[in-house]
Amino acid sequence: MTREETPGVRDIAVVAFAQTDVLRTTDELSEVEMLMPVLHSVLDRTGLKTADIGFTCSGSCDYLAGRAFSFTLALDGVGAWPPISESHVETDGAWALYEAWTKLLTGDADTALVYSYGKSSPGSLRDVLTRQLDPYYVAPLWPDSVALAALQAQALIDAGEADESALASIGTRSRRVATLNSHAQLRGTVAQGDYAVRPLRTGDCPPVGDGAAAVILAAGERARELCSRPAWIRGIDHRVEAHSLGVRDLTDSPSTRLAAERAGAFERPVDTAELHAPFSAQEIVLRKALRLDDSVRVNLSGGALAANPMMAAGLIRIGEAAARIHRGESDRALAHATSGPCLQQNLVAVLEGDAR
Amino acid sequence: MPEVLKAPLVIEFPFTRSLGPVQSAFLTGLRERVVLGVKTTDDRTLVPPVEYDPVTAEELHDLVEVAATGTVTTWAWNHAPRRGQPLATPFAWVLVRLDGADTALLHALDAPGPGAVHTGMRVRIRWAEERTGAITDIACFEPHDGGPAELTGTTGEFTDPVTGIVAPARLDYTYSPGRAQSAYIEALATRRTVGERCPSCRKVYVPPRGACPTCGVPTAEQVEVGPRGTVTTFCIVNIKAKNLDIEVPYVYAHIALDGAGLALHGRISGIPYDQVRMGLRVEPVWTDDARYPDHYRPTGEPDADYDAYKELL
Ligand SMILES: [Zn+2]
Repeated sequence: MTREETPGVRDIAVVAFAQTDVLRTTDELSEVEMLMPVLHSVLDRTGLKTADIGFTCSGSCDYLAGRAFSFTLALDGVGAWPPISESHVETDGAWALYEAWTKLLTGDADTALVYSYGKSSPGSLRDVLTRQLDPYYVAPLWPDSVALAALQAQALIDAGEADESALASIGTRSRRVATLNSHAQLRGTVAQGDYAVRPLRTGDCPPVGDGAAAVILAAGERARELCSRPAWIRGIDHRVEAHSLGVRDLTDSPSTRLAAERAGAFERPVDTAELHAPFSAQEIVLRKALRLDDSVRVNLSGGALAANPMMAAGLIRIGEAAARIHRGESDRALAHATSGPCLQQNLVAVLEGDAR
Repeated sequence: MPEVLKAPLVIEFPFTRSLGPVQSAFLTGLRERVVLGVKTTDDRTLVPPVEYDPVTAEELHDLVEVAATGTVTTWAWNHAPRRGQPLATPFAWVLVRLDGADTALLHALDAPGPGAVHTGMRVRIRWAEERTGAITDIACFEPHDGGPAELTGTTGEFTDPVTGIVAPARLDYTYSPGRAQSAYIEALATRRTVGERCPSCRKVYVPPRGACPTCGVPTAEQVEVGPRGTVTTFCIVNIKAKNLDIEVPYVYAHIALDGAGLALHGRISGIPYDQVRMGLRVEPVWTDDARYPDHYRPTGEPDADYDAYKELL
């Protein structure tokens, strides 16, 4: 929803963002050891201590860790000591940010710490992600995340909206601009590679990596105290597609379009967009759904094709968009996060800096 | 810094799921070599069938048979099949709209190579020889040169319907506990217990996890604690757990090792269960080749003062 639809509510902004370097493996670190530096980095940017935070919300996934309630151990990193007000989502941290945003809207808290993390290195990510599929008709066939993305890419090719070279150019551009992003896992020239699952080549697929991200939200005047140019959340919304892939038009993302509309993305043009498109073909689908033309700077961070830490990559999109506003490099930015196979769930946030 | 430990971790579970009326009819149909879809109120036929309309959320129940032949709506060539997938040889993942259906079903297509597959190609179901009422009763699809197969005329009413599935899952991990817990486990191998001191509140955490949960700061300073400790609280267990080779009743206790900022848990033995008490001084008892103390026994020292451990309860 947008703020305009709910008059009288408070302005809420992203006031700080931090992320780890995304690495193929971090097995010398436990989750909390990987997370701790990023939590301190984001707090340092505002001068806040964990005890000053009004609400804490995290995103992660037990299937990555292979352990039930794995997020409770990571809570050690935020001083999870009563009377902390805390919550967790079993998905990307972008959805944890949505929960924190609603919490701040209620007025129960003035600041929120949102963090998320994923270590994909302990398991086989392609197999792990099969467990999020329909358990009756789909999961028993073990179709992996790359296979399902490949079906979507072929649908796009059949529809005449892409060909293999158009797909390749998306990965190439993402990794080229990622040379300016020291946190990205794949930077510079990367071979397009062999077919992973045809028509997708390895260059069309995201690297598998471990990483974490954290964001601080603040309401009203508190945001101005903590950040010289807060990234105000003008609207944020998330929507979901039908469960079964065979019911959906894989060349389109109506849920992204609806979330964007409800977040107010189409009211005025954006200058910057951070899209969570783990597979090259998905960027084409998202650009179409979000009506982004060449005047919009898309994924200057390199996006998910350069670094896709599970459960953090969506939150990183919001953080990257906000950081550009903080630095004065953007005035109105769109951030998108996805979860599930073939863009199943989609979240869109619209961020703005104060007029200059 | 000691080497960080790693070990294989296998998660295996047979997930038992019950079926609703529509899923039950569909999976029973597969067992009988019949494919059923479900009608929506605007006359679309969904295959595989679901109990609620994905657009309107209306409840659906009108079953209708569709053909075992259909058309590929999109595909992807899988040259390296993975564990659990329908075929062990290279195959195509396909979405197939069965003749009579308006939506597509995901499955595998057995074909000689990617050159033999295209969107729009005709395919038919290859049934598994043994069928139990599961999506895997469809072994895969195979190329089909022709029109729709004839329907069997099944109504969707079956004797002995399938009411549930068991979906086995297995995931393999290489688990690493990270730096702090590796150091703890390495020390246990030499029968020592080490914790980490918080630089802020000075509390010593055992086992250490690399962070102080109270202050939210990293911990690094290693501190050896114990081996003796104090019972801070306890309970008497009267129910024998499956696969546990300990006679009941026995005592399970929280034990604050000397120098530790919080209590570990362990079993108390070497004293009648009804004589265990708060403040009892204990020490670990190791058995051969054990990786942690088997239990704790009284040291014979006088009990600790309540004030000495009340912060650790
Ligand atoms: Zn502390």
